[in-house]
Amino acid sequence: MSAQSPGGGSRLTPYLQVAPLALIMLAMVGIPIGTVVLLSFWESDGISVYPAFTWQNYRDVLSTGVTLTLFANTLKYAAIVLVATVLIGFTCSYFLVFHVRNLKWQIGLFLLCTIPFWTSNVIRMVSWIPFLGREGLFNRMLMQSGLTDRPLDILLYSDFAVVLTYIHLFTLFMIVPIFNSMAKINPNLIEAARDAGASSWQILTGVIIPLSRTGIALGSIFVVTLVMGDFFVVRVMSGGQSASVVSAMKNQIDQLFYPQAAALAVLLVLVVVLMVSAILRVVDIRAELAR
Amino acid sequence: MSQSSTRRGMGFYLLAAFFGLFVLFLYGPMLMIFILSFQGPTGGLTFPMRGVSTHWFNDLWTSSRYGDLGGAFRRSLLLGVMAMAITAVVCLFAALGFRRRFWGAGPIFYLSIISLIVPGILLGLGISQLFQLLGLRLAWWLSALGAHLSWTLPFGLLIMFAVLNRFDGSWEEAARDAGARPWQVLGLVTVPILFPGLIAVALFGFTLSYDEMPRSLLTVGGRNTLPIEISNMTTNVTTPALYAIGTVTSAVSFLVIALAFVAIAVIQKQRSRARGRTE
Repeated sequence: MSAQSPGGGSRLTPYLQVAPLALIMLAMVGIPIGTVVLLSFWESDGISVYPAFTWQNYRDVLSTGVTLTLFANTLKYAAIVLVATVLIGFTCSYFLVFHVRNLKWQIGLFLLCTIPFWTSNVIRMVSWIPFLGREGLFNRMLMQSGLTDRPLDILLYSDFAVVLTYIHLFTLFMIVPIFNSMAKINPNLIEAARDAGASSWQILTGVIIPLSRTGIALGSIFVVTLVMGDFFVVRVMSGGQSASVVSAMKNQIDQLFYPQAAALAVLLVLVVVLMVSAILRVVDIRAELAR
Repeated sequence: MSQSSTRRGMGFYLLAAFFGLFVLFLYGPMLMIFILSFQGPTGGLTFPMRGVSTHWFNDLWTSSRYGDLGGAFRRSLLLGVMAMAITAVVCLFAALGFRRRFWGAGPIFYLSIISLIVPGILLGLGISQLFQLLGLRLAWWLSALGAHLSWTLPFGLLIMFAVLNRFDGSWEEAARDAGARPWQVLGLVTVPILFPGLIAVALFGFTLSYDEMPRSLLTVGGRNTLPIEISNMTTNVTTPALYAIGTVTSAVSFLVIALAFVAIAVIQKQRSRARGRTE
């Protein structure tokens, strides 16, 4: 640290500046998570909860095959959505960074991809209903073109609808970080690779993909955690036919089985933390961001 | 530059077509419900349009079928404004503080990241049970506001970090050397320079709170916010009124986004003009 510290003031200044954030985060994130962990060891009879220390909730959750099915289903959604969003996000970012040369156009098109982030996810989900429904636009087009004589039922209220909605909602979480790491690639590197005789494909796999990995990793963390934390899309878009870990947890909350819900939540968070740290093992995001 | 700057090959057009399809995928469905919300009184949830009317918009505010939509709308707007103001102020100071090393910086940063990763409904459960244990009553302006801040503050903090990355601390030093007091440095130097970034933080603060649903669900208490009312409507309402409320709430979002963008653009323009004068 230099003698003249940024911001000036005394040694106490940073503590005062960060105190409001620290207090709110502690009260609204730290202590509530602790409460959920505590709750997972309590007893309940479906009417109210009683302080105790029992492993029974975990035993209940782990002893049923339902839990395994729930986790398998949730991981299946996460895997499919991850692959699709990486492919779409990478392709769109690649186009914006390396093919759109005018900076104004580049920023404009990038913002076009991000604007939906500031609008309602619920509405964006609902907006698929008139397209996918039995009487919807897609079925109508299929029938008019003569491809089918009956409307397809699997479009809406199915796993297909759930995955499609996830991709629609979450691809922008992939585009933003990949775009950022691609935009930092020095054009001279690509030029040098080309001068050394590398083909476009070799430049892509040997230069651009390795240098975009921070963005891909960050986007993957976002997408995986968002899919694994969702209960609403899976409930509405599957028409109640499919379930994820959190939608099952929501059902338990609705039935006032808070401790069981808490135990399930703790397990889910452990799985998510494991997945995130697996991604972080592959790519050291902190080191790469500091570059 | 070689090849890439001379002529556009097949690759460009293929990628441009892919990008165009993605934008259509992103906005097409939304556009469709905006159109369908002007469905005639006898029209249904899908095309064709049976006439054009504002029937379903009137229905929203006059019919009692949809619960307290007006109240929910007011509460969500108010919550958004509160979350916006708190997010902007708290994140500005926190990010300024994070420029120096201090005890506890790591844990606070990680707590913020954890808040982004944890499922929203889990935090809602935690906050509501915490209130229960403390004997406090859940209320939209307290427990739900707190839940919203757990969502808006980490985003605001990360953006403020990015903004401060490009901020030159020697401006502040120069002001201090010229005898400015800490509050003068903040009000006359730091905040004016960072103002476009602060607008971005405020935009995130408002819109993330205004559209927040999973964290609010268990923390609002008796009076719902608009996203909760809308998500209830997705299962109960089978008329274009659902699309009408979607159009209304999206219009609010787009208005706020446009205001923020225009404000930032105006400031940038003034700055480049000022720079032109001094050169």
